[in-house]
Amino acid sequence: MIDHLPILQVVVPLLGAPLCILVRNPRAVGLFALLVSTVTLLISCTLLQQVLLNGTLVYALGGWAAPWGIEYRIDYLNSYLLLLVSAMGAIVLVASQSSIGGELPRNRHMLFYTAYLLCLTGLLGILCTGDAFNVFVFLEISSLSSYTLISLGNDRRALTASYQYLIMGTIGATFIIIGVGLMYMMTGTLNMYDLAQRLPEVHNSKTVLSAIGFFIVGVCLKLALFPLHLWLPNAYAFAPSIATAFLAATSTKVAIYVLIRFIFSVVGPVFANTVLPLQEIFVVLGVSGIFATSISAIYQLNIKRLFAYSSVAQIGYMILALAIGTPLGLTATLLHLFNHALMKAALFLAIGGVVYRVGSAQLSHFAGLGRQMPWTMAAIVAGGLSLIGVPLTVGFVSKWYLVLALLENGWWPLTILVLISSLLAVIYVWRIVEWVYFSSPRIMIDEVKDPPLGQLVPIYVLVIANFYLGIDTSLTVGVSKKAAEMLFGGVF
Amino acid sequence: MWSIELPAFVPFFAAALLALVTRGALRSVLMLAVVALSGLHLWFLDGEVLVNLQFLEYELIPYRVDELSIVFGYVFHIAAFVSILFALHVKDTMQHVCALLYAGSAVGALFAGDLLSLFVFWEILAVSSVFLVWARRTERAYQSGMRYLIIQVMSGVILLGGLLLHVEQSGSLEFGFIGTDHLGGWLILLAFGIKGAFPLLHTWLTDAYPEATPTGTVFLSAFTTKTAIYTLARGYPGTELLIYVGATMACFPIFYAVIQNDLRRVLSYSLINQLGFMVCGIGIGTALAINGAVSHAFVHIIYKSLLFMSMGAVLYRTGKIKATDIGGLYKTMPKTAVLCIIGAASISAFPLFSGFVAKSMIMAAAIKEGYNVVWLALLLASAGVLKHAGIQIPYFAFFAHDSGIRTSEPPKNMLLAMTIAAFLCLAIGIYPKMLYRLLPFATDFNPYDLTHVLAQTQLLFFAMLAFVWLNLQGIYPPEKAAINLDAEWFYRRFLRRLVEKISVWVDGFDSDLRIRVEDRINWIITYFAQRHYPTGKGAVIRPTGNMVMYIAILLAAYLWLLLSFPH
Repeated sequence: MIDHLPILQVVVPLLGAPLCILVRNPRAVGLFALLVSTVTLLISCTLLQQVLLNGTLVYALGGWAAPWGIEYRIDYLNSYLLLLVSAMGAIVLVASQSSIGGELPRNRHMLFYTAYLLCLTGLLGILCTGDAFNVFVFLEISSLSSYTLISLGNDRRALTASYQYLIMGTIGATFIIIGVGLMYMMTGTLNMYDLAQRLPEVHNSKTVLSAIGFFIVGVCLKLALFPLHLWLPNAYAFAPSIATAFLAATSTKVAIYVLIRFIFSVVGPVFANTVLPLQEIFVVLGVSGIFATSISAIYQLNIKRLFAYSSVAQIGYMILALAIGTPLGLTATLLHLFNHALMKAALFLAIGGVVYRVGSAQLSHFAGLGRQMPWTMAAIVAGGLSLIGVPLTVGFVSKWYLVLALLENGWWPLTILVLISSLLAVIYVWRIVEWVYFSSPRIMIDEVKDPPLGQLVPIYVLVIANFYLGIDTSLTVGVSKKAAEMLFGGVF
Repeated sequence: MWSIELPAFVPFFAAALLALVTRGALRSVLMLAVVALSGLHLWFLDGEVLVNLQFLEYELIPYRVDELSIVFGYVFHIAAFVSILFALHVKDTMQHVCALLYAGSAVGALFAGDLLSLFVFWEILAVSSVFLVWARRTERAYQSGMRYLIIQVMSGVILLGGLLLHVEQSGSLEFGFIGTDHLGGWLILLAFGIKGAFPLLHTWLTDAYPEATPTGTVFLSAFTTKTAIYTLARGYPGTELLIYVGATMACFPIFYAVIQNDLRRVLSYSLINQLGFMVCGIGIGTALAINGAVSHAFVHIIYKSLLFMSMGAVLYRTGKIKATDIGGLYKTMPKTAVLCIIGAASISAFPLFSGFVAKSMIMAAAIKEGYNVVWLALLLASAGVLKHAGIQIPYFAFFAHDSGIRTSEPPKNMLLAMTIAAFLCLAIGIYPKMLYRLLPFATDFNPYDLTHVLAQTQLLFFAMLAFVWLNLQGIYPPEKAAINLDAEWFYRRFLRRLVEKISVWVDGFDSDLRIRVEDRINWIITYFAQRHYPTGKGAVIRPTGNMVMYIAILLAAYLWLLLSFPH
């Protein structure tokens, strides 16, 4: 049984998805999805434990050996992210039991949960697999199901947002498949491990160099690197709140994983740092992304859009840290990946609570909610503090490592820019605080109070995680460091 | 639950949370019970405790109990209990919550085993305490609270700077002996000094404490400065500079105290004078002197809060606290008057009262180490204490001219709190062994030998004689209604005038430039606003088209960089 865990990780939610349609009853289908995601979470916990004990796990699908068959490889990097994604998947589903009722008509619940589990399958599949084409397949599964999730949103604009995401996402996927195709043409293999062995022979051909270019640009679109982020704000703003919380916490993170995996395990860090012009591109886009989107966030009137822009800015930090090209920089990327998921999941779930009670995510409708929804607003403030990077929160830990990595390379000007950009985060978080605590309520709804416990509990689990992991960093820093060392050591 | 590793500040913070959601009698019982249980928990603690925590690359020690910190821990619990009891009748939730957070962070700072944890509690201490000043809800209280907050936060920032330098120097975050052989040590000393009300750095104390609420001042007087005393005793024992700083602190407030009209301001000055004794003891640094400083801090917290409580009771009942406005209250508040006199006798170090058993240790240490001048200064300061705190306070409040105010005794909880404090004053004074057993260094010091008792009694009687004589002759500075400024004159008057002058000059010089810069900034803000608000250009996006263009540009840039600049 333990031997089959890598495939069970993907198969359990994959089988759960169609079963959701059979269940039909709105209440039961939610509980069923929660059950499935909990099992997935347990599997990923066991996998991480196994990897920490025994090192990399290799699983050949259907018993077919590697270069011909599909192979799943679980190491420090992806077991860490498997845990993150499945944990977020499960926690968000706890909140969705009550939250989704406020946003979707009852007959759509099963559609929502089916798409949700499919999306989870896709994301976990991308993380597990060691096969380049398989990555594309799972990417499509997760993308198609997330288009569905977004289009389920209450607002009619959700449809256009989803449609635009579909067009752009497809362009990105096309670029990825072009890259994979060209590499297959040159090497005759799709297995990542095998590709890593064979690519050096043909490194100098322009085909391979352009193949890498296509792949990376495609992935950058998926991870919403500035200026390829245009699909993200609308998609996050108009999707059902639960879907936003799930996607914000997982989907861009998995795309960053694909980028890291490709650069380090397929292309190899040495080649990527010396030949490819990635550092220049990533530094410029990372820093300009941080500033441009943080400034955009300041002026948003819809709080979901505000945090969507802030997400793009945070991706800028991760890419900047990745561009440093040292183990410490990669550690910072991985840390921020994990920590940012914690913050954004907490924030979007809390906003989901407000949408559930007030029916809107407009900033002006938050006026005076500090009195009426004290717990929810406290969670938003806590998440905001973490986003700014206040000490004792996870945000501080990841910014700390980013600054350390920048200083280690002697990149003083960038360090200063990063610190200044934190002030922009202070501004947009403060704008919320001002509305919430210092304005008198504009709409008088007597019934407004904190969302039911079913939503508050997951929110506070995440908020506490934000603080706990900000103080006791042994899990996140420990695993990130090990993963970074492994990737730089060239062991796969 | 009763794990010995449960840090002592946790119950306080938990109680603050409970106080937030409960009301009435339940809240009273909960607050008192939690603090009492936490105190018992500490009392039954056996030996030393050390809790480690890994934070980034550093090892933090958020909870460390040893001989030095535990004494302060006991007395902080006593002070917290008494002050909470004294404040029970208050209906203001904010005050209760902030007071508990404040006491909790003081306890946290005591048991912080590393500088980073200390810094965190240091800042919570500053922020939570200012609400006790603001809770008075007057414009004056707001202003002086603001000044208080700025100075306190500055102390925290200096501490942070100092600790970074110190860590770089020593490679460890542990909070042990720091010393003044490097810049980091000096900065940390400065930060401690601000909280400890060193001369010229003391103005926040005499500015803010008299403005706080009647109950708030009782909390304030117990924790902030004594936390500083503890940190000094931990980080800088035997630093010679501190002896002279301490002697100055003990002496200069006497003169200011005499001319004050607000009786709580008199007590604030006398607080600094008392701190002077402790700082002096820390500076001397021998086992006897440190014992003296610690035991002085111990008894001081109790009698000082007793005095502040009695004045708080007067303020609560009459609404007045100026010496010129009150007087003759003994007729209607006899119990308060008696309790106040017990506090006054303790602070003046009458034999059989708690002040005596502590102060004589520091004096004995000073003479033993040959600091004769310092000894004389401390002697002068002792006489001064008797005069301004021991006599002036009870005399002007309860006797002196009859103001005609007829009031009644304060509520029961206030009386009970004061009675507990007074009982402890007497108990420690009569049976000092009880206190000496707790001290960090073993001691067989006996305060009740002939010379100590005789010298102190002589001093007291002559000082009293002088007061009576001066008063009869009419030479004693009369009670006057005025605001006295001391070193704070520097920033409240001089600095302000200077700033006004300079700003007028600068204003004329560069107003043109500033207008232009402002226009520019406004233009940038409006530009972004116009772009991003829903009607703006930036909001009307054609995502698909733009994105395809960006993809093309990005791919082209990648290929161009790759192919035209081969590595």
